[in-house]
Amino acid sequence: MSLDGEREVLRVEDLRVVYETSAGPVRAVDGVSFSLRAGERMGLIGESGSGKTTLGTAIVRLHRPPARIESGRITVDGRDFLDADERAMRQLRMRELALIPQAAMNSLNPVMRIGDQVADGILAHEGKLPRRDIAERVARALAQVGLPASVAERYPHQLSGGQRQRAAMAIATALQPKIIVADEPTSALDVVVQRQVMFTLGRLQAGLHAAVLLIGHDMGLVAQFADTIGVLYAGRLVEQGPVDDILDTPRHPYTRLLIDSLPSLDDKKPLRGIPGLPPSLLNLPPGCPFAPRCPFAFERCRVETPMLQPVGARQLAACHLYPEHSELPPLPSDAELPEVPAVHAEVEAIAP
Amino acid sequence: MTPLLEVRHASKIYGGSLLGKRDTTVALEDLSYSIADGEPSMTAIAGESGSGKTTLAMLMLGFLKPTSGQVFYRGRDVASMSSTERRQFRREVQPIFQDPYEAFNPFYRVDHVLETPLQRFGLARSRSEARGQIAEALERVGLRPNETLGRFPHQLSGGQRQRVGVARALLCRPKVIVADEPVSMVDASLRATILASLQVLNRDLGISIIYITHDLTTAYQICDNIVVLYLGKVAEVGTVERVIRTPRHPYTQLLVASIPVADRRRRWGEDAAGDSDATTHAHAGRTGCPFAPRCPAVMPMCHDSPPPLFMPDGQRAAACFLYRDAPVLPTADVAAVWEREVA
Repeated sequence: MSLDGEREVLRVEDLRVVYETSAGPVRAVDGVSFSLRAGERMGLIGESGSGKTTLGTAIVRLHRPPARIESGRITVDGRDFLDADERAMRQLRMRELALIPQAAMNSLNPVMRIGDQVADGILAHEGKLPRRDIAERVARALAQVGLPASVAERYPHQLSGGQRQRAAMAIATALQPKIIVADEPTSALDVVVQRQVMFTLGRLQAGLHAAVLLIGHDMGLVAQFADTIGVLYAGRLVEQGPVDDILDTPRHPYTRLLIDSLPSLDDKKPLRGIPGLPPSLLNLPPGCPFAPRCPFAFERCRVETPMLQPVGARQLAACHLYPEHSELPPLPSDAELPEVPAVHAEVEAIAP
Repeated sequence: MTPLLEVRHASKIYGGSLLGKRDTTVALEDLSYSIADGEPSMTAIAGESGSGKTTLAMLMLGFLKPTSGQVFYRGRDVASMSSTERRQFRREVQPIFQDPYEAFNPFYRVDHVLETPLQRFGLARSRSEARGQIAEALERVGLRPNETLGRFPHQLSGGQRQRVGVARALLCRPKVIVADEPVSMVDASLRATILASLQVLNRDLGISIIYITHDLTTAYQICDNIVVLYLGKVAEVGTVERVIRTPRHPYTQLLVASIPVADRRRRWGEDAAGDSDATTHAHAGRTGCPFAPRCPAVMPMCHDSPPPLFMPDGQRAAACFLYRDAPVLPTADVAAVWEREVA
């Protein structure tokens, strides 16, 4: 689909989110900028500890201490969202932008009927409504995610996993937001149900002409769903662009190795992982955070942090290979990959 | 020849009580499967939640007793083994667990988890021999001993912990490793390394691997054979080439079509599957094919009796009446599907 001429609904500029820990600040989101246009489906790919969930929750300002937005700007439909006071922010949230949190299906209240849980959000925003109007709005929210109105009378335990996930999506989107942040919306679901839920999200998005930020670690899922991809590594966007371009010609070495590590259904090939581990976000050394694992790293990579720059017609990559190179050189064989210390820094111990 | 490990007509039913009729769940229904001795293989047991794949793994490991049927190791019923036989079984059939975050005691250094099996099974004659074996096992799975030993579990990443788990299993000098979703909690860039280490154990050390998974893509990449389970019964079984590349059972077809492939030329088709999932249909006392309520190709006969395993083409069998003109798999043991072809 073409997004040309679509209005920009979300702009994130140089966002920095820090976890204040006893060991020092952990820079989970380190200067991330991107924007979403109406109707755009952007996939945000990252491995554990890359900051993807922190970024998702910070965008809707649902991050919790010790996480703190240090600096940056978030603009929702032209309005400054970070400077909005609590009341204004609550009005924007759900109505303008909604979060479908990780494991949303487990966030349902087990002793409350689904309908009442959907109605909660509507009432909080619109005040008292006649009973019939509420029922109508609840039914519409459920219909948006492909659930029959009768589900309103059910309790969560009476629903299947896929239905619970849809119910959670109905709660998040009951006010028909323009921006939906979906954090691993299918992580606990089986593959068949996963496909169904992603179709549901797609129809919901199309019906509302909303922009979706799909956060996840599964390149396949993003490839199936999204129009554009952002690749997050150590809290920074290292590559960005249309899905087709990135899958065909990844420009950042990390993206390339990540795609290469995916098992294929077409031919059996030796499995190849990325040597080494993501860096600790505590006291990240200067230079490119991927340099210690990168087969192309040279001196400059260890001293100067690369900025996102245009590479090719439609991609951005944060890599010092550009602009000297026009594309990524061929990968060295496994034997030539650099030796990387296997010791893991305490990323996971600190991450929430 | 006596199989190394054999599951014979095993069923596992959970729930129910002596008083009254509480709900029961049939987790596994009359499954027979064997691992040949002296022919190290890599077999995937695949299915969604509720398929019975973990129950089957627990039976093979002797962690669960079948409600009916038996599990044999080297021809001996696991339920009635002598203590010496049980010791050998426990050592030679090793588990690798799903969650590398929960499989370790956080108060012990990782050395402890590696030393324990050597002590318990008396596999090292001295401390220095034990250290040598541990170092070798760690290197086999791609870890550097000096960077791994002496650390606490929380100082290692999930991927490293999972490889320590593989090294621990390896130290027991097993014949069979049952790995239950070993990479489902590990990041994509590290998965390949762990799976490759399982392949090394199979090829270089002759260990048979049972790979329990919901992920058909990794099953295709590392395994020779696959058993697809649906609600406790075998839906399709055969070589991965047959079953995953050209699935015959409508359920396997649905599974393969639902894989999110990172390839834009292979986009998901429209929502063909019924709007339901397996757990909605799990119940005891069904008569026909367990997949019938969701099946796009369902026929009246599917509700009457469960389909046997038909063999529409070589090295595969599918429990589906669509192939009722094909010969029926002559034995209960589903491993016969690929073993017969070898013979």
